[in-house]
Amino acid sequence: MRGLFAVYRKELADQLSSRRFLILFTLICLAGLSSVYTAAQSIRQEISDARGVFLLLFTTASGPLPPFYTFIAFLGPLVGLALAFDSINTERNRGTLARLLAQPIYRDAVINGKFLAAFVTVGLMLVSIVVIVSALGIRVLGVIPTPEELLRVGAFLIVCVLYVGFWLALATALSVVLRNTATAALAGIAAWIVFTFFVTMIADAIAGALFQASMAFDPQAMLQLENLRMMLARLSPNTLFQEATIAILMPKVRTLGPLLISEAIGMVPNPLPVRDSLLLVWPQVVGLLALTSICFAFAYIKFMTQEIRAL
Amino acid sequence: MQKILPKSQGPGRQPPAPAPAGKGDTSLVVEARGLTKRYGQFTAVDGLNLRLAAGEIFGLLGPNGAGKTTTILMLMGLTEPSEGSVSILGYDPVRQPLEVKRRVGYLPEHVALYDDLSARENLLYTADLNGLDLSEARRRVAASLERVGLADVADKPVGAFSHGMRQRLGIADVLVKQPRLIILDEPTLGLDPEAVNQLLDLILAMAREEHLTVLLSSHQLQQVQRICTRVGIFVKGKLIAEGPISALAEQLAGGMRTLEVAAEPGGPELGELLRSIKGVVAAEPDTDHWLVRATAEVRPAIARAIVERGWSLLHLRHRDYGLEEIYLRYFQGGEA
Repeated sequence: MRGLFAVYRKELADQLSSRRFLILFTLICLAGLSSVYTAAQSIRQEISDARGVFLLLFTTASGPLPPFYTFIAFLGPLVGLALAFDSINTERNRGTLARLLAQPIYRDAVINGKFLAAFVTVGLMLVSIVVIVSALGIRVLGVIPTPEELLRVGAFLIVCVLYVGFWLALATALSVVLRNTATAALAGIAAWIVFTFFVTMIADAIAGALFQASMAFDPQAMLQLENLRMMLARLSPNTLFQEATIAILMPKVRTLGPLLISEAIGMVPNPLPVRDSLLLVWPQVVGLLALTSICFAFAYIKFMTQEIRAL
Repeated sequence: MQKILPKSQGPGRQPPAPAPAGKGDTSLVVEARGLTKRYGQFTAVDGLNLRLAAGEIFGLLGPNGAGKTTTILMLMGLTEPSEGSVSILGYDPVRQPLEVKRRVGYLPEHVALYDDLSARENLLYTADLNGLDLSEARRRVAASLERVGLADVADKPVGAFSHGMRQRLGIADVLVKQPRLIILDEPTLGLDPEAVNQLLDLILAMAREEHLTVLLSSHQLQQVQRICTRVGIFVKGKLIAEGPISALAEQLAGGMRTLEVAAEPGGPELGELLRSIKGVVAAEPDTDHWLVRATAEVRPAIARAIVERGWSLLHLRHRDYGLEEIYLRYFQGGEA
């Protein structure tokens, strides 16, 4: 454990003082501030009921600016990749890995310490940004969030950190497998594009290919097809993140799957309590956690079994 | 394999180091038995036997790709041997790697430091990894930097250091954990002659003062010759000869001595005279002198015979084999 914390301390200091951290922090902070500010302006003009207004700050798109959570969905992967794509391979290329492993620490202290440091950096970054933009929103709206809203924002933060954590784990795995940092960065960006754009397209395409004209009159078949499409789309952490944040930040969202008209009849459009919203997104959160664990476990096993001398 | 056991230590040796915390023979720092490493079909190290006593400076000599670095990695527990066993200060690097790493300082072939950190920060990180508390770490780091003569640039980023300074900082880094054994992989690689001398003097002084055992690998002979108490010649994964340099020379000659003799008048008669002396095996003319191969000390007999003939003896010399010749000979042997 001692070795783990030694690595963790050094890596955390490196991360927090690195230029890339400053750049990313500034980028996301500015994006968040502008998004929340314009959202707050439009909320002031359009909405008279103050209830649940605070959460609208994060979900309202105004003009050309997407809502805050979309910024996170889009820029989060960039943060995860940027903080970890060179974590192991740079040490190896510089030769510091051999020196590091010649110290009395267990080998996994290196990868665990690095991942933990990056994870904590992401956590600090996201918490500070959300606090900063909330402060701005409260200032502009003049509405104080209720405890329930704060709980929802807290849950949103946890989902954000998990989501970026997946990209950290993926980038760490790439940095273990790919010797060249540039290759690792490109591979990471490729994965980002695939998960952000192509997975939903592929899911749509597969569902479209399976569709037959006869199904148009068979609700059961249509439902199955839609479920298949969603299952495929949910292989992407982006889909999981979007669904989870929507349900957490919009208390009125009651389901994330297809809803039959018969089920919707007589439904009271009340907001869900926090507990029910969390129950709704629990599978998404577990899915994100699972994807993160798979990536990190892969990185861990690869790193533990690699020959030091693989030059 | 020809093998010569380490000669008994000469006078003026330091007293033995305090007993290690580990078990086993205190005087034996490194003991490798039948150490073998295979990468697939390729055998990088083949049945290596190696014993290092405390206070020795052992030079592992060999051409590039001979398996020196692989051997070192196995000694450090950074790579698992395919066969054989190692004991470092009584610990097994495979089973107790942390115990070994706590006591062994390793300087890799390309001294690797964090360029964006200062010399002091680099060393403090090493101290932290070794579990030293901060005040002790600061003290040791300052002492190490002082020891290698880098105290005045301690707070400059390492990226700006010259190659020689980096090597010395690497040594300081190794000293921070106060090791019992230090392993240096090609420490003099790429240094200019003056920096090499500085570094070797540093290693020598360090070994003497702290009573350290040093294992260094190199393919640069003259350097190793100067500071090593014993060398091993390592070719294609095999240790083909081992011993003090003087003993290697004897091995090379195969018990034969080679003499250079010149006398006046020379010519074939001198050759006949030389061959008639007891102990001389062969005598052949060579440029301006004769080369005599003998199994015993024949110089007095040769001198006497020449003088008794009434000739004048111009030159009589025992030809020493330098390390260069040893090296070439063994390496050629290894290639064959």
